[in-house]
Amino acid sequence: MREGRLWRETSFDLGTKLWQINWLYVILLCNLAAVGYVALYSAAGGAAEPYATRHVLRFATGLVLMIGIAMIDIRFLARLAWPSYFVALGLLVVVARYGHIGKGAQRWIEFGGLQIQPSELMKIALVLALASWFHRASWERIGNPLFLLPPLLAVLVPVGLIVKEPNLGTAVITAALGASLFFAAGVRWWKFVLVLLPIPFAARIVYSHLHDYQRARIDTFLNPATDPLGAGYNIIQSKIALGSGGMWGQGYLQGTQGHLDFLPEKQTDFIFTMIGEEFGFVGGVALMALLCLIILGGMAIGLRCRHQFGRLVAFGIATNFFLYVFVNVAMVMGVIPVGGVPLPLVSHGGSAMITVMIGFGLLMSVHVHRDAEFSEARAGV
Amino acid sequence: MKRDTRRTGVFTRRALLMMGGQVALLGGLAARLYQVQVVEGARYATLAEENRVSARMIAPPRGRILDRFGTVVGGNKLNWRALLIAEQTTDVAATLDNFARIVPLGDAERARIDREVRRHRRFIPVLVREFLNWDDMAAIEVNAPDLPGILVDVGTTRVYPFGEQLAHVVGYVAPPTEADVADDPALALPGIRVGRAGLEKQYDLDLRGRAGAVQLEVNAVGRVIRELDRQDGVPGEEIGLALDTDLQQAVLGHLGDQSASAVVLDCRNGEVLAMATNPSFDPSLFNSGVSQAQWADWAQDKRTPLVNRATAGLYAPGSTFKMAVAMAALESNIITPGDTVNCPGYFDLGNARFHCWRKGGHGTLDLRGGLKNSCDVFFYETARRTGIDRIAAMAHRFGLGTELEIDLPGVRNGLIPTREWRIGEGHAWNLGDTVVAGIGQGYIQVSPLQLATYAARVATGRKVEPHLTRKLAGEMQPGSQPEDWPALDLSQRFLHIVREGMWAVVNEPGGTAPQARLTDPRWQMAGKTGSSQVRRVSREQREQGNFDSSKLPWEDRPHALFVAFAPYDAPRYALSVVVEHGNAGAAMAGPIARDIMTDTLRRDPGGRDVLPGAQVADRETSR
Repeated sequence: MREGRLWRETSFDLGTKLWQINWLYVILLCNLAAVGYVALYSAAGGAAEPYATRHVLRFATGLVLMIGIAMIDIRFLARLAWPSYFVALGLLVVVARYGHIGKGAQRWIEFGGLQIQPSELMKIALVLALASWFHRASWERIGNPLFLLPPLLAVLVPVGLIVKEPNLGTAVITAALGASLFFAAGVRWWKFVLVLLPIPFAARIVYSHLHDYQRARIDTFLNPATDPLGAGYNIIQSKIALGSGGMWGQGYLQGTQGHLDFLPEKQTDFIFTMIGEEFGFVGGVALMALLCLIILGGMAIGLRCRHQFGRLVAFGIATNFFLYVFVNVAMVMGVIPVGGVPLPLVSHGGSAMITVMIGFGLLMSVHVHRDAEFSEARAGV
Repeated sequence: MKRDTRRTGVFTRRALLMMGGQVALLGGLAARLYQVQVVEGARYATLAEENRVSARMIAPPRGRILDRFGTVVGGNKLNWRALLIAEQTTDVAATLDNFARIVPLGDAERARIDREVRRHRRFIPVLVREFLNWDDMAAIEVNAPDLPGILVDVGTTRVYPFGEQLAHVVGYVAPPTEADVADDPALALPGIRVGRAGLEKQYDLDLRGRAGAVQLEVNAVGRVIRELDRQDGVPGEEIGLALDTDLQQAVLGHLGDQSASAVVLDCRNGEVLAMATNPSFDPSLFNSGVSQAQWADWAQDKRTPLVNRATAGLYAPGSTFKMAVAMAALESNIITPGDTVNCPGYFDLGNARFHCWRKGGHGTLDLRGGLKNSCDVFFYETARRTGIDRIAAMAHRFGLGTELEIDLPGVRNGLIPTREWRIGEGHAWNLGDTVVAGIGQGYIQVSPLQLATYAARVATGRKVEPHLTRKLAGEMQPGSQPEDWPALDLSQRFLHIVREGMWAVVNEPGGTAPQARLTDPRWQMAGKTGSSQVRRVSREQREQGNFDSSKLPWEDRPHALFVAFAPYDAPRYALSVVVEHGNAGAAMAGPIARDIMTDTLRRDPGGRDVLPGAQVADRETSR
């Protein structure tokens, strides 16, 4: 049955392709965006303006973009992988030289009225590029260290640029994303150990070259009480807000910390805290369960895909989403340093929403074209 | 189509491993969330409560000070002031510059504002300028758009309707110092004042009241969202004085321009009915801070306007001391009322000769005559026989040179010398010192308040203590009845003889103070004059024969003193008058004492109590 469909899928018409979209997954995403609407409505003090309405409009735009990308043939996307990677790399270089100064870091670039964060685009492009690279790699070639050198450079160059921005959080996420793709592609365990071993030593050197505000983040993470009104303020206020939520929460629109502005950046990075305060532990865990479903669903799409490119793209997109979620939630709970990472589809902010939806578009394209005939590297080639 | 199945297998395994890892990590976060929200929830909820609730204090109105009949002598009036809330402006300096164009700010004022802005958190209002008038306020309101962060509000400030006339009694308030604020945070409230002198200082804690607290819900930047709870403060206690402001004004009128002071007591209970001192100062100057120029002015003024002469001015009592010497001698049975002394005009003690004020002498005198004529030789001899320690003990019993229970700060106790004191100073006591003390000169230093108390104690034989306050917080204080004061345990007979001598001074032909005789036939006053030498009269001056102290430079002339009580047959009021460098007690202080006593007897403030509802309307002031 499935073998038979293989040959027809090149002639998929648009209607069939739309039917092939994993609508259940789309509904999960819509649910997440709805949580975002509810939270942003509260963050604005019980008003749709200025966050919630725009959030929905952006999500709708992102949804259209996602479905559009899902319609694109996966093999065409694979051909775009490296060009998009170099475009993203070029943007990173541009932002390093001409980018806007925002919060002490050069991260943003103006693009026809839209502010984009090239590091976010780079993560998508990196997934595509690495998936494309490993797609053509036979098992034997993956064992060859020389074959691994170009993708390693493809990870390290943008990571280095992002560190220089400086945006430590995104750099670490990008590196982790690259590493996880290496892992999924089948790179041997001991090679990871070889690369990871010198990291503690490197970390010390990196720390000495960090900006003061970045050091402050690490320092206050290690001991937030040192500066409760300065750098440690965010973490302490976030914990107070979460704690005051308790098991069942203070009730919707009743969260005192968030509404009284004790909670910093409550509509962006600390939206999870806001939800935790108003809906309690139960609400927080429910949201984490929804996020977990979206991550596992993305991975499942990869597992069902019949070609390595699709598998790795799905894996990469799902892992990228996981990293977003993990870093953000861990951050608001004071588990890891504050890093300026939003909670995707919930936090207020346009750039992250668009890049995340582009990622889900790729994921959906993998799903739609999961059975596509895709020339792969063969053993011995 | 052959696929790389091994690669696929590795992917599947590792993807599943990754999924497991991710679920585990998220599970770990969920566990952490449980810890933060549920396990440690209560602790964090408490923190949240503190976070959003800010307790602020409300300044309580300062208690009023009223006179005997309810007239306000220290009250509050509305005070419009401009405050600056730093967080509401982007540029504090620009706002203040704009403000200074409307209401000029001095350099010192500007420095103070800058200092307070730096010291306080940005949402705490800092006082920019108090006591705004309508024109200033209108100008500020019109220019409000140029003055972000400036807020005009109304508080209360202290007002003294009698100003200079009661400055030394009522005292004044001034802004708290940093040390004050460290002791009591309620003093950090804008516009609050601390009593610095007089009754304002003495009863500062009663007058201050208790600051109220208001629980406000605030956001992270401290802006008030709403009021959660309010506990109005306790207003300061009201103080009711025994003092009669009308009498006070009359007394000041009688003192005229002299550097002088006078105290009128109800001699039955020690209530201070008037306490006048001249010159005085404007107590409201301290409210907003005294300028350097003003301080320099006061410091250079020889007439020391800041000193309350009635309680802190010390003078040798001169002949007014003679009743104490007489009582000491009588009580210790050294002399009897009938004993006589011959006065040849001088008194020899060894090689030293002490002169009587009357060159030719008084001849033979008994005690009554000695008092009436104020014969110095009589008291030289009496003092010599009595000894200084007995005289000092008696003087102390009468309240001279000793601590009184007056409810005023900055009171000076003066001195009655004793043998012990002199030895403590590193000298031997000479009999000549005793002789000089017999006429109230030498080391003796007393205050006008002590002199008035002395007169009251002689008049009643009771150990009355002078006090200003009758009512505190609406409660009558003990001490308003004669029975509240113990008897002095002196012989009534001896006291009577001394009083008779005082009566003779004023009312008998040949007495030393006929000028002090009351013109109103209804009453008779008993009194005693005194002259307090400021510098020693040299032998040459005396021997030139025509020595006239009124020709001396002003600051070298003797002080003129007078103590008195009236009516003679039923003593009710006692007074003391000290005119600095007034030359002669009888001529200068006597008529003043007569006029003050006449006014006191006519007004009879001690005999009148406050009628219900007779509170004088308080138009200028409000709580």
